[in-house]
Amino acid sequence: MSTRAQPAETPPPPEAETEQAEPDRAALSAGARQERRLGWLLCAPAVVVMIAVTAYPIGYAVYLSLQRYDLRFPGRAEFVGLSNYGAVLSSPFWWDAFWVTLFITAVSVAIELVLGMGLALVMHRTIFWRGVVRTSVLIPYGIVTVVAAFSWQYAWTPDLGYLAELLPSGEAPLTEQWSALWLIILAEVWKTTPFMALLLLAGLALVPEETLKAAMVDGATAWQRFTKIMLPLMKPAVLVALLFRTLDAFRIFDNIYILTAGAQGTGSVSILGYDNLFTALNLGIGSAISVLIFICVGIIAFTFVKLFGTAAPGAEVKR
Amino acid sequence: MAAVGKTHAARWGVINVVVVLYALFPVWWIAALSFKDPTTLTDGNYIPTDWTWENYRGIFETAEFTRALVNSIGIALIATVIAVALGTMAAYAVARLRFPGKRVLIGMSLLIAMFPPISLVSPLFNIERIIGIFDTWIGLIIPYMTFSLPLAIYTLSAFFREIPWDLEKAAKVDGATPAQAFRMVIVPLAAPGVFTTAILVFIFCWNDFLFAISLTSTESARTVPAAIAFFTGSSQFQQPTGSIAAAAVVITIPIIVFVLFFQRRIVAGLTSGAVKG
Repeated sequence: MSTRAQPAETPPPPEAETEQAEPDRAALSAGARQERRLGWLLCAPAVVVMIAVTAYPIGYAVYLSLQRYDLRFPGRAEFVGLSNYGAVLSSPFWWDAFWVTLFITAVSVAIELVLGMGLALVMHRTIFWRGVVRTSVLIPYGIVTVVAAFSWQYAWTPDLGYLAELLPSGEAPLTEQWSALWLIILAEVWKTTPFMALLLLAGLALVPEETLKAAMVDGATAWQRFTKIMLPLMKPAVLVALLFRTLDAFRIFDNIYILTAGAQGTGSVSILGYDNLFTALNLGIGSAISVLIFICVGIIAFTFVKLFGTAAPGAEVKR
Repeated sequence: MAAVGKTHAARWGVINVVVVLYALFPVWWIAALSFKDPTTLTDGNYIPTDWTWENYRGIFETAEFTRALVNSIGIALIATVIAVALGTMAAYAVARLRFPGKRVLIGMSLLIAMFPPISLVSPLFNIERIIGIFDTWIGLIIPYMTFSLPLAIYTLSAFFREIPWDLEKAAKVDGATPAQAFRMVIVPLAAPGVFTTAILVFIFCWNDFLFAISLTSTESARTVPAAIAFFTGSSQFQQPTGSIAAAAVVITIPIIVFVLFFQRRIVAGLTSGAVKG
C-alpha cells in the first residue's frame, strides 16, 4: 500500500503531460471534457479487473484471517479476532520461515547485484557476438522457473548430476539445511541475474560516453570511472533494480518447492503459507500468513521508497 | 598495437564464452538428460551416448502431459489476449489523453505487479471453490490478470509514449479519413509494442507455478509446470527423471523461440517498462 502515494508526489514526467499542460482553466472546453471521459472510459475495464482480482481477494483474506476456518471442520467457523495472527507470530515456524526468506533475499539480491553489474558491463562493452551474448543471457530469465529448478535439482542429485559428482560420494547437499539454502540461492541467482543485468544495462546506456572518455584522458582508472561516474549516474536504475528484485526474491516459492519442498528448514514464508493452506487445510491461519507476507512486502517497498529515495517505478527515472 | 588488439579480443572472447556457458549450461544439461536412455541416465555424460526419443514418446502418450500442454497453451493465450486488449486501451489513454488520475493508475498497476501471489492464493482458493470455478481454465485466467494486466499496462504505456502521434494528424491533413489514419499510420507504429507486450505477458503466464498448483486439483486445468511437479514414473519403481526432462524441454522451446526471434524487443520491453516507467 505504501507506494501508492508515491507516483503522485514525484514531479510529473517532462514529456507529453507537461508539454501541453495548463490548458486555459476557464475554458475546460467540451473537447477537454470529452478527452477526460474517453480516458476514464478506456481505463475503466482494466481498473475494474485489477480491483476485482487483487483488492477484493486481499480484503477477503483479511476477513478470513479473522476467522477460525479449518476446512476439515467447516461447521466450526467463527470469528476469532486477531488470534490467528497471535498463533502465527508466536510460532517458531513463522519465524524460521521468515529468517530463511530474509536470508535468501538478502544474499541472492547482493550476489545478483554484483554479478548483474558484471553481466551488464559485458553486454555493454563486448566487441563481438553482442547479439549472441544478449540472447543467451535472456534465456535463463525466460525459462520456466520450475524447469530451471529441476535442472539444478538433478545436477545435485547423487549419481545423476554433474555437480554432485564433484562432491565426495555419499554427499547429498539438498538434504542438509545450509547446503540446501545455498543451492536454492544459486538457482535463484542463475534464474534472475539476467533481469538485474538488463535493468542495469538500461542504466548504463544513460552514462554519456564523452564523460567517460574525458575522465580517461584525465587519467582516471577504470575503477575510478566506475565508482565516480558510472555508479552515481546509474543510481536510479540500480535502486529500481534492487527494489524489483528484493520484492521478487521475498516471495520465492517455485525454486524451493522443487529443490527441497521446504524440508530441512529451507521453507520460505510463501512455502509456509502454501503448506498451511494445502496440507493443514487451515484457511484462517493460511490467510493470516498471506496478510503478513503482504505487509512485509509493503514494508520493503516503503523502506526503499522512503529510505533510499527510489523513485517509485511508475514515476520517471532519470532519462 | 596489433598484439594489444589481439589480447584484447581474446580476453573478450573468453569472457563471452564464460557468460554464454553460464547462461546456457543448465538448459543444455536438462535437454541432454531428456535424450538419454533410462539406462544411461546416470552415466554423467554431458552429451547422451545413446540418443533416444523414448522420453518424448512416453510423455506424449500420456494424457497427463498432453492435457497439461493444451491447458498451458489455452490458458496462457486467453489470459494474454485479455490482458493485452484491456492493457492497450488503458495504455493508449495514459500515453495519449489528458485526464486526472492516470498517475494513480500507473502507480496502482505497479503496486499490484509487486503483489506476493501467495497472499492471493488463500482467498482465491476459497472464492473459487464457493463460486465453482476452482480447477477450471477461468479459475486460472482470472488470477493471471493480477500480474499480466499491470505488466501490459506499464510496458505498453512506455512503448506508446515513444510513438509520434502527430503523424496521425499529418495523415489527416493529407486527406486520410480518421479510420485510414489510424489503420495505416498508428496501427503499424503501435503493433510492435503490442506484440512484444503480448510475448512478455505470455511468458509470465507460461511460467506461473504457484497459482497453477494451488488452484487446480485435476488434469482439467493443470498446466505443464504444475503437472511435471506431480509426474510419477511409468511404474512406481521408476524415477520420472526422463519424463520430467522431456516435458521441461517441450515447454522451454516456445520461450527459446521467442527469445531468439524477438530478443531486442523483449529487452526493450522489459527495461522500458521497468526503468522508464
